[in-house]
Amino acid sequence: MDLRKLKTLIDLVQNSGISELEISEGEEKIRIAKHLTAAAPTTVMMGAPAMAPLAAAPVAAAPAAAPAENALPDGHVVTAPMVGTFYRSGSPGNPPFVEMGQAVKEGDTLCILEAMKLMNEIEADASGTIKAILVENGQPVEFGQPLFVIG
Amino acid sequence: MFEKILIANRGEIALRVLRACRELGIKTVVVHSTADTEAKYVKLADESVCIGPPSSAQSYLNIPAIISAAEVTDSQAIHPGYGFLSENADFAERVESSGFAFIGPRAETIRLMGDKVSAKDAMKAAGVPCVPGSEGALPDDPKEIVKIARSIGYPVIIKAAGGGGGRGMRVVHTEAALINAVTMTRSEAGAAFGNPTVYMEKFLENPRHVEIQVLADQTGVAVYLGERDCSMQRRHQKVIEEAPAPGISRRLIARVGDACVAACKRIKYRGAGTFEFLYENGEFYFIEMNTRVQVEHPVTELVTGVDIVQAQIRVAAGEKMWLKQRDLEPKGHAIECRINAEDPFKFTPSPGKITNWHAPGGPGVRVDSHVYTGYTVPPHYDSMIGKLITCGDTREQAIRRMRIALSETMVDGIKTNIPLHQDLLLDERFMQGGTSIHYLEEKLAAKGK
Repeated sequence: MDLRKLKTLIDLVQNSGISELEISEGEEKIRIAKHLTAAAPTTVMMGAPAMAPLAAAPVAAAPAAAPAENALPDGHVVTAPMVGTFYRSGSPGNPPFVEMGQAVKEGDTLCILEAMKLMNEIEADASGTIKAILVENGQPVEFGQPLFVIG
Repeated sequence: MFEKILIANRGEIALRVLRACRELGIKTVVVHSTADTEAKYVKLADESVCIGPPSSAQSYLNIPAIISAAEVTDSQAIHPGYGFLSENADFAERVESSGFAFIGPRAETIRLMGDKVSAKDAMKAAGVPCVPGSEGALPDDPKEIVKIARSIGYPVIIKAAGGGGGRGMRVVHTEAALINAVTMTRSEAGAAFGNPTVYMEKFLENPRHVEIQVLADQTGVAVYLGERDCSMQRRHQKVIEEAPAPGISRRLIARVGDACVAACKRIKYRGAGTFEFLYENGEFYFIEMNTRVQVEHPVTELVTGVDIVQAQIRVAAGEKMWLKQRDLEPKGHAIECRINAEDPFKFTPSPGKITNWHAPGGPGVRVDSHVYTGYTVPPHYDSMIGKLITCGDTREQAIRRMRIALSETMVDGIKTNIPLHQDLLLDERFMQGGTSIHYLEEKLAAKGK
């Protein structure tokens, strides 16, 4: 996908009422999501060849483009202590460990991070209520990436 | 050919591997600690994964984090660069058992060459000349140790089998000091490397450090890409490197080069590697082998025309050797100066923000560096911020170009060793060529008086 086309798409999203735009072209897929508090739409590249000048976001740092999830709510941000794949529950089909609004105590399991075929339980390092779940089930995460907000 | 490679390193070598991948049309994933998140070379990669906090142990040496990053990005191969995990046989093993290609030799080869005693044995069996010494590890019996030292002849050097790169060594000039030296080196080795095994070698008084670059494919075909002279060293750290080695006949180089190629075949070496020798009075003496790409690879690239990093990738992808030995005679001369963030004469590290960076240019000038204006040199890693390499038709031209390039280079905000390099490039003995590995330290000591 060439840069001019990309710029046109970004301007399109910026200047319209569109909040999220996803385009597939052959093997390339682009998703552009507009966050209402941000000055410009953020661009998530998936599977596109090197587009370095537009500051390709690290693949695992893209927050889920859920509608109207603006700035992080106040509270303690739980970040990933390692690289891995994020899962909401212990195994597929099981209910998630936590839901939005749920009260948690320090030490409660919040999620699983899978790395090298090992499931690692990630525990809450604060007590409170789940104010935000920032990652989608099955999404890769990197060290330091925000996962939950506990308020 | 691989579609995606994960670069398990940082700084200038990460950028170097990234460039090689881009040229080959391979997608790149760069792992980084939080200290390197904002670095421009990280942003140049197709994907990046933060693997830990600044400390090397928790990031660039963190095997599960790196392999996990390869998993989540669907990488196919991992390039370890130099330093960090590049010569860690366990890492190589775990990479491959996790289903990724390790761009380097097999784990067993790394293990064999990592133990300096077994490495020497393997080289002797392959006909590579070695420093005369104890045949293997030193025994416990002091009477035996004294006998061995007498047969070698003083001075001798006691070396840790698990050491290397200048660490875990002690020189002994007289028999009276021998047993004490062995005991101390053993206990230091046990503490530093978890392996108290030591061996003994003849200590050469004024050798040069001359190394042979090899490249081997996965079918056992190997070539050598000439030699490098890396004698300008301080505390076993190379400061200036050049290719070819001044004043050594091509016939002698060919003889030792052929022996290295034979050794590669014998140990089923795979990828790029370097055989390090001490050279004195027309004789080569093997000291150790580095089973990775080396910092100073650019000088070989410039005189042979071979892209060594791309060659590593091509060989790892299964390509059969495409280079012919007869085409690998060096043309011209190349010199490399390692630019470090340190006080040029006190050598204290100087991390911090580079407020202004201006790189030299022009014919025969190559700059391998990840830094730029506004880049902050982190305090957590080694101090090398880049390499300045020049080449020319002759050694004199390469030297002249290096002096000009050094004078054009600006690094404001931190101290660098550029003034030291400028001094050395005007040094009469350096200009003659062929100085020994002790020369720089002797020169610095004389300066101090």
